[in-house]
Amino acid sequence: MGLLRTIRRTALQALPTMFGIVLIAFILLHLMPGDAVDAISGMSGSSSQETMEEMRAAYGLNDSLPVQFIRYVAGVFTLNFGMSINYSAPVLDVIMERLPATLTLMFTAFVLALSSGIVIGWAMAVFAGRWVDRLLTAGSLLLYSAPNFWVGLMIIVYFSAKLQLFPAGGAETIGADLQGWAWFTDRLHHLVLPSCALAAFFVAIYARLTRAAMLEVLRQDYIRTAHSKGLHPMLIQFRHGLRNALIPVTTVAGLHLGNMLGGAVVVETVFNWPGLGRLTMNALAARDTQVLLGILLLSSIAVIVTNVLIDWLVSWLDPRIRS
Amino acid sequence: MIPKPPVLELLKLEVGFPGAPIVKGIDLKIEEGEKVALVGESGCGKSLTAFSILRLLPQAARITGGQVIFDGHDLATLPAHELRRIRGKGIALILQEPMTSLNPVLPIGLQVAENILQHEKLSRRAAKERVIELLDLVGIPNPRERYTMYPHNFSGGMRQRVMIAMAIACNPRLLIADEPTTALDVTIQAQVMDLLEDLCSKLSMAMLLITHDLGAVAQWTDRVAVMYAGRIVETAPIAPFFAGPQHPYSQGLMNSSVDDGWHYSSHRLTEITGNVHSALGERGCAFAPRCPLAAPGCRETPPPLELAGPDWHVACYRRAEAMAPSPVAASH
Repeated sequence: MGLLRTIRRTALQALPTMFGIVLIAFILLHLMPGDAVDAISGMSGSSSQETMEEMRAAYGLNDSLPVQFIRYVAGVFTLNFGMSINYSAPVLDVIMERLPATLTLMFTAFVLALSSGIVIGWAMAVFAGRWVDRLLTAGSLLLYSAPNFWVGLMIIVYFSAKLQLFPAGGAETIGADLQGWAWFTDRLHHLVLPSCALAAFFVAIYARLTRAAMLEVLRQDYIRTAHSKGLHPMLIQFRHGLRNALIPVTTVAGLHLGNMLGGAVVVETVFNWPGLGRLTMNALAARDTQVLLGILLLSSIAVIVTNVLIDWLVSWLDPRIRS
Repeated sequence: MIPKPPVLELLKLEVGFPGAPIVKGIDLKIEEGEKVALVGESGCGKSLTAFSILRLLPQAARITGGQVIFDGHDLATLPAHELRRIRGKGIALILQEPMTSLNPVLPIGLQVAENILQHEKLSRRAAKERVIELLDLVGIPNPRERYTMYPHNFSGGMRQRVMIAMAIACNPRLLIADEPTTALDVTIQAQVMDLLEDLCSKLSMAMLLITHDLGAVAQWTDRVAVMYAGRIVETAPIAPFFAGPQHPYSQGLMNSSVDDGWHYSSHRLTEITGNVHSALGERGCAFAPRCPLAAPGCRETPPPLELAGPDWHVACYRRAEAMAPSPVAASH
């Protein structure tokens, strides 16, 4: 019952936000020079003025912006997100085809970043001020400041080109037609490098967050209480320390999921990953406005849904929020 | 009959931060079942003394000298894993601030059970039953329902009761209570102190009560040790001490507190002039800069604790003058 109410409340709150996002995105996309017809004509090499005008009329590109906007929003309410000019297919189909690849990449990178970030941050806090901490701090600063396309390229150069450990791009071996377990390991093999490249930046963020939160928690009175009971220091670190430190880390990790989608666009391009990121780049080049709007709408829904999930997770971690 | 050894004995204990000694060599004995108060103003090192007994000092603070003798062991040098067997089992600790000394994300029952499970071979189920008994013993109503509740569901007084239940869970021989009532409402303070006293006699526990409340000292303890700037200046049984303290600082403390627990008094309280920091760099008695009786000799070397009566020690060169009729009262 509580969950249903939360969902309804969130949906009502999210509606104006999403309307705003679509409106702004719509205006910005139409401020770009050129439209889909220009892009198609440019691609085909030669098109007469008449055919271009015909195409514009067919796609409704000659209508005024408000009319186009209202038509789009009305469509969205009936789950019709328009047609992709570039792919000549419904936007929903185009997006849904790419979505699993991106979700797989993001989920893997997120789990990787969160788990290793927490472990590294915890180690930094435990050895605060000593060489382990300094080494890890320097390392995380490096990951933090390196752009992910560069990290991606360097990973390809070293692990793929030099050591030949992992494939340099793609999501599966093309034309291998693998089944079952072999299919799974092949996918996994392709997933390693891009998810590492995407996770790198977030590992650094989560590690520094965990370090700060952990140091704060270890100063608290209840840690002294735990010691006064004669508990093992490791038990205190985990049950009393980390459990409390995870609350701020989880909150911020959730906020960063939106950023991760942005990172995925770049990493997918570098690794030739057949997901939404590359779709976005292609749609941008082709001025495929409907696809871009669809992706923006989808990602804003994704961010809102994630925030609800994170709120739920935080309230599970922190009993003070529950009541 | 051989006299029983004391439960705890501090010998020349010195505690400090790097370059800043705080506790400057104190000796204190706590007998079996005895309730001893360590009194002093903020910053005199009384809490640091309390924390040093179980080596729960804040980061950077260290025991720099002396011994802490408990059960034949020197806790100051005992290996960490052996010390852990004494923490919570032989000696338990109650902290000042019940709002922050319980972990906010764990049920209180679990936090009490932790202590039992650490030191006794008990199943989780049996430990839970013990915890419910303990919660009942410290006066928490509906202990079975409260077991799974979190600290934020409790008032300050109830949380301190949880802390007490946690502390007595393994029948410790000594309870260290660091200002256990300072953060509580005045009405709750007496209840909590009564509970502690009751438990001490029921479980024949000794207690070291750290406080700056002389009223609590008079009402709930057997012996008092007055601490000033890192040293014990007077230690005496309660009755003679309150009849006439001998150290000028103890006299000042007494004059600056209200009588009979009345918080509305018709006469102005007498303050001790100056502050503790005036003793920085003082070679002799740390209280000399504030002492109405200070003589040039007081500023040479710190006075040693000397026997001044049965079980009564005072560290003052001017003890004879201090005992003359009402010297402090006459000085204002």
